[in-house]
Amino acid sequence: MPEGIFCNKKPIETQEELTALLGDTSGTQYYKEMKELDIDTKLLWTTIQNTCKSRIRTWLEICAHCGMCADSCFLYLVNDRDPKQVPAYKIQSTLGEIVKRKGNVDNEFMRMAMETAWAKCTCCNRCGIYCPHGIDVGIMFGYLRGLLYQQGFVPWELKIGAGMHRVYRAQMDVSEEEFVETFQWMVEENEEEYPGLTVPVDVENADIMYTVNAREVKHYPEDLAEAAILFHAAGENWTITSKGWEQTSLAMFAGDWAACKMQVENVYAAMERLKPKRMVGTECGHAHRATVVEGPYWAGRQDGRPPVECIHYIEWLAEALREGKLKIDPERRIKVPVTLQDSCNYVRNHGLREVAREILSYIVEPGYYREMSPNREHNFCCGGGGGFNGIGLFRPQRNKGLITKRDQILATGAELVIAPCHNCWDAIRDLEEEFEIGIKWSFLKPLVVSMLELPDHMKPEE
Amino acid sequence: MYEFITGFMFWLALGVCLIGMAVRTILYFKGLRWNLDRVAYRAYPARGFKGAIRSIYKWILPFGTHGWRKQPFMAVLFFSFHIGAVFVPLFLLAHNLFLKEKLGFSLITINGGVADFLSWLVIITLILIILRRLALPEVRILTNWYDYLIILISAAPFITGLLARYEVGNYSFWLLAHIISGEILLFAIPFTKLSHIFLFFASRAQLGMDYGIKRGGLRGTVMDW
Repeated sequence: MPEGIFCNKKPIETQEELTALLGDTSGTQYYKEMKELDIDTKLLWTTIQNTCKSRIRTWLEICAHCGMCADSCFLYLVNDRDPKQVPAYKIQSTLGEIVKRKGNVDNEFMRMAMETAWAKCTCCNRCGIYCPHGIDVGIMFGYLRGLLYQQGFVPWELKIGAGMHRVYRAQMDVSEEEFVETFQWMVEENEEEYPGLTVPVDVENADIMYTVNAREVKHYPEDLAEAAILFHAAGENWTITSKGWEQTSLAMFAGDWAACKMQVENVYAAMERLKPKRMVGTECGHAHRATVVEGPYWAGRQDGRPPVECIHYIEWLAEALREGKLKIDPERRIKVPVTLQDSCNYVRNHGLREVAREILSYIVEPGYYREMSPNREHNFCCGGGGGFNGIGLFRPQRNKGLITKRDQILATGAELVIAPCHNCWDAIRDLEEEFEIGIKWSFLKPLVVSMLELPDHMKPEE
Repeated sequence: MYEFITGFMFWLALGVCLIGMAVRTILYFKGLRWNLDRVAYRAYPARGFKGAIRSIYKWILPFGTHGWRKQPFMAVLFFSFHIGAVFVPLFLLAHNLFLKEKLGFSLITINGGVADFLSWLVIITLILIILRRLALPEVRILTNWYDYLIILISAAPFITGLLARYEVGNYSFWLLAHIISGEILLFAIPFTKLSHIFLFFASRAQLGMDYGIKRGGLRGTVMDW
C-alpha cells in the first residue's frame, strides 16, 4: 500500500482532514499504515541535491569519529551511555546513510530514522558546542526531520500539529474569535481586582504587540490575564492582534517548512498591519525560536530579522523591573530555594543567558537562588524539547529523558523551579509527576503578579 | 627513481594538495546559503567575521573551551598529535633544505632534538588514539576501516621518517618510502577526511558566524565556547 488514508505524504490542509486524523486515537491506524508507506526515493534524492549544501555535507564528511559529542548529549547519558545514543552515530546512521545511498532507503530504515530524529534528539544543539569541528548534529536532525516529513514519516501528533498551523495558523484549533474572546473574558474576570484592566485589540502604532502560545488560550487562560495585569501595571501602551497572534510553530518540530513559512508570515503580516514599535512574545522557548530566530529566514528576509524588533517576555519583564515600571514588594519576594531552567531555544540559540537572572535578582530574596549545573548556554535540554513532550509513541523514551533534569534540579536543592518556557515547564511538571521529587514549578508571570506593588491607579477601590 | 619521486611526483602531489584544497575551501564558502543554513552571512559581515575568528581561536587554544576542559585526556592527545603533525613537516631542517632547493625559499626551522621529540610524540599519541578508539564504546561504534586508513596515511611519513633518521637498515630505502608516503598524504588531503586540515577552519568559521550573527551575536552575546 503506497499511501495510507492517514499516513501519507500529503500535509493536512483542511479542517475535515484534521478531524479525521484526530479521530484515529493515538494514531493506531496511522502507525499501522506507516509500515506500508512507500518511499519516493527520487524525490528524496532530488530534495537532498537541492537543499543539502556544503555546510551539512562537510559536517557529514569531516566528522572525525572522535566521540567527543557523546558526553554532551543528555539522551546518551541517561540511556546508560548506550553507544547508539552518541550524536555522531545517530546522525551518521540516519542522514549520513541516506546521503551515502543517494536516497535509496526502505520503509524500515525510514521508521528507524523517524525514531532517531524524534526520540533520540530534541534538537537542543548542545552537541554542536562540544564538537571540535563545530558540527551541530541538532541542526542536521532538524534538516532530517524535513526530509522525513516530506516522505510521510512523522509522528502522528506532529502531523496534526503542522496541520493545525496550516488550517488555523495556530498549534491548536483556536480561531481568531476564540482568541480575542478568551483574552477579553479573562480580563473581565480580573477587572474587579485590577481596576481599569483592559485588553486593547488591533490598536495601531502601539508600543507593544503581544503574541502568545495557543495553549494559553485553550488550557491556561490565566496566563493571558497575568500578561494583561503586568502590561497594565507597567503602564504600557500595548495591544493584541486578532490575526497573527500565535507565536509558536509545531510545524518547526515536524519539519514542515512550508507550514513554518505560512505560520510566521501570518505573524509578520500582523506586525506590518499594526506597526507596533516592538513585539513581545510570551514565556515560550520554541515560539521565540520560530518567530524571532528562524522565522525571518523562512519568510525570506535576508537580514535575518523580523519586520519589527521582537523580544522575549523575559526581556520585557527585566526591562520593566529595571526601569521601575513594575515594582516588587520586597516582603513578598521568593524565600524558598529556587533555581532557573535555561531554555535551549532562546538561551543557547539566541544568547538570552543573563536576562532571566536579572529578573531573579529582583524577585528572589538574596541567598535563595541556586544555579543549576551546567547552566546558561551549556544547560541541558529539559528532556522534552523539540516536540518530544507531545509524542505519545515515544513517551517511555521521553520519561527516561527527564532524568537528567531531575538530577540537575535535585543537586541544586531547590524547591521551586522557574521555567520561562512552555516546553520546559511541561517537562518539569511531568518529571515531578513521574519521579515525585517534591518540587514546584512556575512561569515568571504568576510569581511577579503575586509580589507586585500595585500602582495607585490599579488599587481596588475601598 | 629518486629523481622522479622528488621531482615530478613532488610537484604533482604538492599541486594537487594545494589546488585541491583551495578549490574545496572556495566551494565550501560558495556553498553556504543564507536561506538554507538560516544564517544572514552577508547582512552582517563584520559580526560574522568576529564570530568566525573567535570560534576558531578558542578551539585551537589548548583547554580553551568547555569541550577541551571536559575531556582533558583527549585534549592532551589532540594537541600533542597536531602540534607534531604540523610542526615537523613544516619546520624540519631537512624539509626546508629540500624546499629551498625546490622552491628557492624556506621556512623557519626547529632543531633536531625538538623534531625527534615531536615525531615520537606523533607516533605515541597516534597509538593512544588507536587504543582510545578500541577501548571506548562511544568511539568504537563510530570507528570503521576508513578511520584506520586515515591514521595509517598520517602515520606513515612519521614512521618512515624516523626509520630513515635512525638509519635502521637501509637509509635510502626508508628515505624513498618516507618521500612516497609524504606524497600519498599530500594527494589524500583534498579527497579524504584529511581535508579537515583546511575544512576544520571553514566549518568552525561557519558555526562561529552562526553564533556571531544569529544565535545571540546580534544581541551582543559573546558565545562561551
